[in-house]
Amino acid sequence: MKPATTYPERRDDVRLLVIDPTRAPSDAALHETRTPALPDFLAAGDLLVVNDAATVPASLRGHDAAGNEIEARLIAARGDDRGADRFVAVLFGAGDWHQRTEDRAPPAALPVGARLRFGTLAAEIVARAPASPRLVELRFAAGGDALWAALYREGRPVQYSYLAHDLPLWAVQTVYAARPWAFEMPSAGRPLSWEILLALRRKGVRWASLTHAAGLSSSGDPAIDAALPLAERYEIPAATVRAVTDTRARGGRVVAVGTTVVRALEGAALKDGGLRGGPGETDLVITPTFRPRVVDGILSGAHAAHESHFSLLAAFAGPDLLAAAAAHAERAGFLTHELGDSMLVLPGALATARDEQRSASGNAA
Amino acid sequence: MSNHIAGKSILVTGGSRGLGRALGLTLGRAGARVVLVARHADELAEVVAEIRAAGGEAHAIVADVADRDAAHAIAGQAAAAVGPIDVLVNNASTLGPVPLRLLLDTDCEDLDRALAVNLVGPFRLTKAVAGPMVLRGGGMIVNVTSDAATEPYERWGAYGASKAALEQLGRVWAAELAGTGVRIVNVDPGEMDTRMHADAIPDANRAQLADPARVAAEIVALLQAEPGPAPGARVAIHTGPSGAEAST
Repeated sequence: MKPATTYPERRDDVRLLVIDPTRAPSDAALHETRTPALPDFLAAGDLLVVNDAATVPASLRGHDAAGNEIEARLIAARGDDRGADRFVAVLFGAGDWHQRTEDRAPPAALPVGARLRFGTLAAEIVARAPASPRLVELRFAAGGDALWAALYREGRPVQYSYLAHDLPLWAVQTVYAARPWAFEMPSAGRPLSWEILLALRRKGVRWASLTHAAGLSSSGDPAIDAALPLAERYEIPAATVRAVTDTRARGGRVVAVGTTVVRALEGAALKDGGLRGGPGETDLVITPTFRPRVVDGILSGAHAAHESHFSLLAAFAGPDLLAAAAAHAERAGFLTHELGDSMLVLPGALATARDEQRSASGNAA
Repeated sequence: MSNHIAGKSILVTGGSRGLGRALGLTLGRAGARVVLVARHADELAEVVAEIRAAGGEAHAIVADVADRDAAHAIAGQAAAAVGPIDVLVNNASTLGPVPLRLLLDTDCEDLDRALAVNLVGPFRLTKAVAGPMVLRGGGMIVNVTSDAATEPYERWGAYGASKAALEQLGRVWAAELAGTGVRIVNVDPGEMDTRMHADAIPDANRAQLADPARVAAEIVALLQAEPGPAPGARVAIHTGPSGAEAST
């Protein structure tokens, strides 16, 4: 499968592969459509949970004290985001996003205490991770409002080498993005438009949100990538906990939009006392053997079978069905990555659509 | 959702002068978490300092709402400072070059600028801010308009057209968002004793003009009114003249 190299003409009109794990693993468990049809596969009483984190312009270009080129990609804020002046970052050397991160030159070896400058924004390396000297903690010279103003002035969204053009800030935001917590776009929600969201609501599907600080998905450095994802913070509103509990009690399905929502909800549910509202942090990695407690299905970007993101879909569908889905997506030329096509893994999704079709034709008769 | 504004996160554009400044001060005193946007850093910093000195919370974002890349930067900085926005006041606006000119003498670029500041800027910022309001099921957008939107005043064509279009955006948004909990109103503050008014009509009798502080108080009352104005309504504020020759 190939990555999408450009922004789709309409955010909410990409291909959608619906995967129904209640069916035997064959083509009969798969249905290919487009994202505007998403509401057909959810039913009244289901709950869609989205990550409302806005995407930070997390790529900063500048120089070290010796004048060497440096790019810092912020991947996590340390402490309270309002007062924070420290961020975990991955450092890159000369070059730019047109090169694959694997091919980028590493930065000059920089000790703790090294000073960096990104345009008008000064920073100091205050810690280096054992995993790699490129995984550092930066303290900026500005804090609070002044730091955020500088980040929005000097920073750009993290860019991807497979793209035909660079991504402006608007292109990496979902339509419901609020607080700037995500260092890469929570891209599973990118195809959701208000047309789709309001159609879901008219049907009786509810929405809820949480905020999850999605970090960098990969750096191109095997030592760092082995340590990713770092523990990521989240905040789950009490109203979302109520909506999840209520949906499950009434037999509805909880559909997570993206991995970050799964990590936040399942990470919170694993804690003592079960799913509760409020802030938290999770290092939960969803593996094929993970058994979700609160999430029934997931809307995700399309991924190829060899990608790590794909294997987490196995928590929601068996390996044989996923293999069939991957083969279908490959044959059909699905596009992957941030600007690509979508997959919905949801038990009973195809039965929902069939029932509605029947009732619609019944009404017509 | 309660309409009391204490603790609410409120974003006001054009916050360094006139009605925007008065709104910032009034909202700050009422306990709102205020974020003000304006182009001029120094003037804006003064207003923020004034709100803080009175015990209020205020944050400054230096930006031009007409800048096509500004909306997400403004929305992101505001949410970083005060969390998701509860109320957006699209107040920033420009008359264009003064003295105002007849439409046939208006340069196309000046019409472009009026539309960029008074119409397209609020459109972009509302798009960036209203989405999370809809998702959370509550919020309010106030478009500050003018009677020039409805009356064909000579020489007010570019400004009036931009405000008429802004009002129509408000009405359509209100229709599209019915039932979501997000309310949108167009507010005509009337003729106020502001620098903008003096630029437009230098020889106006200031005693006949409304005090922006009194207008701001009326708008803040409107934000808290229950049930509040109908969605998409056009609300004209009448505080009467300030009567003070030297009010600022």
